[in-house]
Amino acid sequence: MKLVMLDYISGNPVLPEVQEAMIEAIKEDYGNPSSSHRLGDQAIEALELARERVAGLINCASPEEIVFTSSGTESINHAIKGIAVANADKGKHIVTSNIEHNAVLKSLRRLSKMNYTVTSVSVDKYGVINPDEVAKAIMDETILITIMHSNNEVGTIQPIKELAGITRAKKVLFHCDAVASVGVVPIDVQELGVDLLSFAANQFNGPAGVGCLYIRKGTRISPLLDGGGQENRRRAGTENLVGIIGMGVAAEIAHREMGSRINHTKKIKEKLIKGLNENIEDIIINGHPELSLPNLVSVSIKYIEGESIVLMLDEGNIVVSTRSACASGALRASHVLLSIGREYADAQGTLVISFGRDSTEAEIDIFLEVLKKTVSFLRNMSPLYQKNHVAVS
Amino acid sequence: MYSDVVMDHFKNPRNVGKMEDADGIGEVGNPICGDMMTIYIKVKENRIDDIKFLTFGCAAAIAVSSMLTEMARGKTLEEAKKITNKSVAEALEGLPQNKLHCSNLGADALQLAIKDYEAVKAGKPRPSQSSEDKHEHVEGTTCKCPYCDTDLKTGLELCTHCGREIKETLAH
Repeated sequence: MKLVMLDYISGNPVLPEVQEAMIEAIKEDYGNPSSSHRLGDQAIEALELARERVAGLINCASPEEIVFTSSGTESINHAIKGIAVANADKGKHIVTSNIEHNAVLKSLRRLSKMNYTVTSVSVDKYGVINPDEVAKAIMDETILITIMHSNNEVGTIQPIKELAGITRAKKVLFHCDAVASVGVVPIDVQELGVDLLSFAANQFNGPAGVGCLYIRKGTRISPLLDGGGQENRRRAGTENLVGIIGMGVAAEIAHREMGSRINHTKKIKEKLIKGLNENIEDIIINGHPELSLPNLVSVSIKYIEGESIVLMLDEGNIVVSTRSACASGALRASHVLLSIGREYADAQGTLVISFGRDSTEAEIDIFLEVLKKTVSFLRNMSPLYQKNHVAVS
Repeated sequence: MYSDVVMDHFKNPRNVGKMEDADGIGEVGNPICGDMMTIYIKVKENRIDDIKFLTFGCAAAIAVSSMLTEMARGKTLEEAKKITNKSVAEALEGLPQNKLHCSNLGADALQLAIKDYEAVKAGKPRPSQSSEDKHEHVEGTTCKCPYCDTDLKTGLELCTHCGREIKETLAH
């Protein structure tokens, strides 16, 4: 039986064109872009072509504003810590939100141990940040605002353009974690007005192990990695050229296919939400009904626990993600779900279903059928379900 | 991640269901921690004649409940009292370290069910059915750091960790 892959948020299948370019690069592009000889020149050419392609995907003013990194996580760490270090003379205050990814939260936690202070703004029941709250949080010592473009757990998209407008007026730098968005929805850094933007190739059918940090020209930032002069002296270390070439091809295809991908995933999302509502009672669809990613649905299934659901679905050849504390390894409920007001028990039963260009409506039918059986199987043994259903009926 | 025995009990749980005419009921866990279990027993001539469970939780929690009911069925109350969380985990051929605490509550629920039965029989008030405000560390099991599997010495941190206030207390 064919695998029904509904966990794109954890990593996309690498497109055949990307695979081919990478295999070719493993054979041919082993040169080091820092070398002065012909192999170095060849490597530089490949590197700069990839940079142009990636710059095109987010509409940079110049490809030089793209710095290749090892991941979305590295990009985020670089942006936050690099800005904090380079601008410490101006102040040590940073503003963020309650629903950021751990790469942001933990970078900030590290800084708070080094005498930086952090203000975290709350979100509404859909996971949307109120720009007024961000404006209020900005002080004279504020050097950076870091807010995600879309949330990787519930899919809600933030009013980034408005937020960046506020910070620009107050002369504070804005970093946007756009890992879940780039390649999925159109991102134009010039239109958004952000100073820094993090993203990764494995969210748009490229390889894992390559990310980018967009740094607007003229932004004062220190490197995260010190060493050689690679990436315009912004990120030392010999480039992962094979991965970067793969990211370039994936970016070019994502850019070209953006319109059709959005139409396709939107249709699947509509079908999925309709099917969930029709087939399973006592569920909550999380996130904003309109301002959200087209390729992701977060659903809290009451009275049962997420890891059990994921393992049962896996038995039925379906892969999805859960935000259950038990499965996360951290044994804590998701901070994002608690921030939007989910109860602990409901947070435990939350699935993140994500899809992409090659997902089909038939796969959604299979998923719904297996999920329905799984939910009924697990609810049958759930004390919470028994209690609530006796109480209701 | 899980042993074959765990997966078998998870996929084909034994003795699932609510028992309407139970002689003893034991409830443990809370949804904040992640797992809740209810064990129902029917006692005949001092033996566990029938046993059923309801569980909200991960695969480990379900497998623990199922295995526990298999181990307890037919045993005398004295024998059943000797079943520990550790012996259930061993019968399952082991559980991941970070599941040993939160998910391995089956024996606690059974002990509560037996106490409940004994209290009713002796005409005493029934012990509290729910341990929702309690987060006890039974038989000296310590909590494990979910990142490195080392013991968290003070238990208190995990209760904070699993419970009321979510606070990152781990230094790594």
